[in-house]
Amino acid sequence: MSHHDDLIAKDILGYLDAQENKSFLRFITCGSVDDGKSTLIGRLLYDSKLIYEDQLASIEKDSVKSGTQGDKIDLALLVDGLAAEREQGITIDVAYRFFSTDKRKFIVADTPGHEQYTRNMATGASTADVAILLIDSRYGVQVQTRRHAYIASLLGIKHVVVAVNKMDIMDFDQRVFADIETDFRDFAKDLGFEEIMCIPMSALDGDNVTTKSDRAKWYKGPALLEFLEDVDVDSGTLDNPFRLPVQWVNRPDLDFRGFSGTIASGVVKQGDEIIVLPSGKRSTVKDIVTFDGSLKSAREDQAVTITLDTEIDISRGDIICAAEFPAEQSDQFQAHMLWMDEAELFPGRQYLLKTTNKTVPASVTNLKHKVNVNDLSEEAGKTLELNEVGVVTLSLGAPIAFDAYNDNRMTGSFILIDRHTNATVGVGMLDYSLRRASNVVWQDLNITKAERAEMKNQKPAVLWFTGLSGSGKSTIANLVEKRLFDLGRHTYILDGDNVRHGLNKDLGFTDADRVENIRRVSETAKLMADAGLVTLVSFISPFRAERQIARSMMDEGEFIEVYVDTPLEVAEKRDVKGLYAKARAGEIKNFTGIDSEYQAPLNSELTINTVEMSAEEAAEQIVAYLRENGYLGGV
Amino acid sequence: MTQLNDLVQRAEALAEKTGQSLSTISRKLLNDGKGLSRIKEGGQATLKTLTAAIAKLTDLEAEATIGARDLTHLDRLEAEAIHIMREVAAMSENPVMLYSVGKDSSVMLHLAEKAFYPSRPPFPLMHVDTTWKFKEMIEFRDRRAKEVGMDLIVHSNPDGIRDGVGPFTHGSAVHTDIMKTQGLKQALDMHKFDAAFGGARRDEEKSRAKERIFSFRTEQHRWDAKNQRPELWNIYNTRVHKGESMRVFPLSNWTELDIWQYIYKEKIQIPDLYLSAVRPVVEKDGVLIMVDDDRMPIGADDVVEEKMVRFRTLGCYPLTGAVESEATTLPQVIQEMLLATTSERQGRVIDSDAGASMEQKKEEGYF
Repeated sequence: MSHHDDLIAKDILGYLDAQENKSFLRFITCGSVDDGKSTLIGRLLYDSKLIYEDQLASIEKDSVKSGTQGDKIDLALLVDGLAAEREQGITIDVAYRFFSTDKRKFIVADTPGHEQYTRNMATGASTADVAILLIDSRYGVQVQTRRHAYIASLLGIKHVVVAVNKMDIMDFDQRVFADIETDFRDFAKDLGFEEIMCIPMSALDGDNVTTKSDRAKWYKGPALLEFLEDVDVDSGTLDNPFRLPVQWVNRPDLDFRGFSGTIASGVVKQGDEIIVLPSGKRSTVKDIVTFDGSLKSAREDQAVTITLDTEIDISRGDIICAAEFPAEQSDQFQAHMLWMDEAELFPGRQYLLKTTNKTVPASVTNLKHKVNVNDLSEEAGKTLELNEVGVVTLSLGAPIAFDAYNDNRMTGSFILIDRHTNATVGVGMLDYSLRRASNVVWQDLNITKAERAEMKNQKPAVLWFTGLSGSGKSTIANLVEKRLFDLGRHTYILDGDNVRHGLNKDLGFTDADRVENIRRVSETAKLMADAGLVTLVSFISPFRAERQIARSMMDEGEFIEVYVDTPLEVAEKRDVKGLYAKARAGEIKNFTGIDSEYQAPLNSELTINTVEMSAEEAAEQIVAYLRENGYLGGV
Repeated sequence: MTQLNDLVQRAEALAEKTGQSLSTISRKLLNDGKGLSRIKEGGQATLKTLTAAIAKLTDLEAEATIGARDLTHLDRLEAEAIHIMREVAAMSENPVMLYSVGKDSSVMLHLAEKAFYPSRPPFPLMHVDTTWKFKEMIEFRDRRAKEVGMDLIVHSNPDGIRDGVGPFTHGSAVHTDIMKTQGLKQALDMHKFDAAFGGARRDEEKSRAKERIFSFRTEQHRWDAKNQRPELWNIYNTRVHKGESMRVFPLSNWTELDIWQYIYKEKIQIPDLYLSAVRPVVEKDGVLIMVDDDRMPIGADDVVEEKMVRFRTLGCYPLTGAVESEATTLPQVIQEMLLATTSERQGRVIDSDAGASMEQKKEEGYF
């Protein structure tokens, strides 16, 4: 049962080494027995010498007895014979056959019969990278050809071989072939195939199956087997972003915590930054652990275990993604579905949806339309029955991380399970999320506030200077900042007047606008604290409630209220900006202290009495407070 | 610009090495499939573009060196089997690995070690011992379980032992049914396993070509044709009701040659019975049966001969035919297997029993 007899007999070690480096291809054959499909598969098995002598002897015997090919061996009997013998009434009828050449090992998904064709073919196609569509050259592109092409396209197959068979009957007429090719390409142009290879063939005689035919010299392309040996179905997808659906958490002891799974796309290397969905936590790949030792990198389709630099909570069902290209998350989808069960789909009923590593409750909320697989037309419908394809909207009990099926077959596919019978009743391909908002992955920045602040040798703080206009808030804040700057710390000042020129220039001085003014400043201060800065906010902020809001937005210990206590008379006497005069003259409405109340803090962290001390002394007192309370790290 | 020439030369070398076309590489480096050929013909690039392209090229070269780009067929079969095992470990409540001591079991055990490393496989091994296995198999079994550190459950049908069931006295069909099929059901029921790994392959026997990887069994362990679930992508429906179970076949897509190649490549331990040695055999009905212990009835016409033989499959010694062979090393065994013209199971007496097809046995609960 081999294809390289010489080497096996002469140099078995050389043979074994050569065989170890074979690549791998899964393909599906589509067509009926009438198209010569069985003959084609029989031919591939026969020509790769994978038929045992006893099997061959029986075919030869049967060929004489019942074969349709005269003196020739009827290879179809090999496959059909098995099929008839194997009619077991299995629900999904896909036979997997194996053969190999020196270059590749092949798994053929063979889906016989016309009955139940759609679900059988979909099952075989889901793991195939190439589809061979058989066309009888006497009849050209038929309804079933269209159906096969559509299902192949629906299941995301990108490489299609159109095997224009029985060309011997048509005397290998180039025009016959060219017409069929034109027809097919025209029909298939919207099906998203990356490659369509049309081959004139006679499976019966072996023309262009394993070797090029002399009878079709006008055909310049490869024979079928050449094409199958060389087709590159692999390298394109390696450029897709890294995805590792976590299948199993590997915890042999407390010192090791690895995440096991099969890489769904892309490549991962030690040191790569990753993000975990749905938590949004980030980390770095520490090691790629295998039984055979650590790997520097691993790629799509490898089953690996990775460890991370930091300990973050990850469980089965999560997807580890390249940090810069996270998968989307959603609980509402549009999807293409194929119904697999005798019992019809009930929209609204709760099923279980299982992806490659996660199971969640789900229901079909709406059947948008059915797709007629024969002519691709859209039809209205209330339900999907066995073998029917439709476009549906799905609602899930919990969000899942996903990619569109078109981008990633592994993270974009799902099955639906009946909760009572546990049967797999439907399968589907996610098109897109119906929730716009959830397209946003929460950016859990992997550099935290504490880390940013630590780098600056400080703790983040918001020094909130409150007090009457002219009390000296800005003057003191400026001095504090200067002093901190001299100490090598990182600061920023948000000054009431400055902010009103830009961020808040649309706000006036009504009570509502003041509240909004404070809210915006508080949010800005919060971002700055998050950046690790010592932020100085210099704002009259007359109302306790608003200052309380600002305080509540910051982390514990971050908000330091500095009450710049200057009596109204003193402030009014200073009147640096001439505002009190204008207010007294009625030119400014709602002026704090004049015709609007100032509520002095009751429990401020610091109170500065500007009558008793100079601005410099006040600044020194504030810096001392920061130092004593650990905001300035090691000075 | 020597940097531009350098870029083109390195890109061409990478194309050669990885088998990708220059335009593919050009697209990856410059976001433009024709970029490299333009540079080659004297076209220019900005310093920024060039720097980025060189950095990207260095990455691609590193990937090509690491070999991240190509998986062999054995790599893929291995990854698939590991995926299946992890899925069972994660989803089933009480899984077990059926261990029959043969070469397929050896491969399965090796894959289990790989799948869960550095953890031990999170399930026990179970051997349904008909009490008629080769002595060497039992020694090998006990040693391997110990080395791997997995629990080993051995079950022999107590009813069969009580009644003294054996192949010589009861015939192969009755023996196999009672000691193997019934024994297996007893063991599964006793331990309430809801998933059991088996080493069966689709290429092994004609009726297996359509077998699922996750094969559903009723509470009575029957294989019900109507209840087999579709398997799309690598998503497996592992849900069962109480009492129901799954037989799981991680080696479904392996061929006999794949198994041997993998054993050779990974240096997996297999029982020495697979290698030829001088062994005492008696020819019965044209089949060479090894005299493994004194329970073997030696009739007046039987001649015990010392012959150079090995076994292609391992089972109960009275039911396993030996083949004469000079193959004393693994490569020689593989060589013989590849040059052989008849299929693997031919040495197994069970398949030629009239009326006892694999299919029927499967429905009854035999693997």
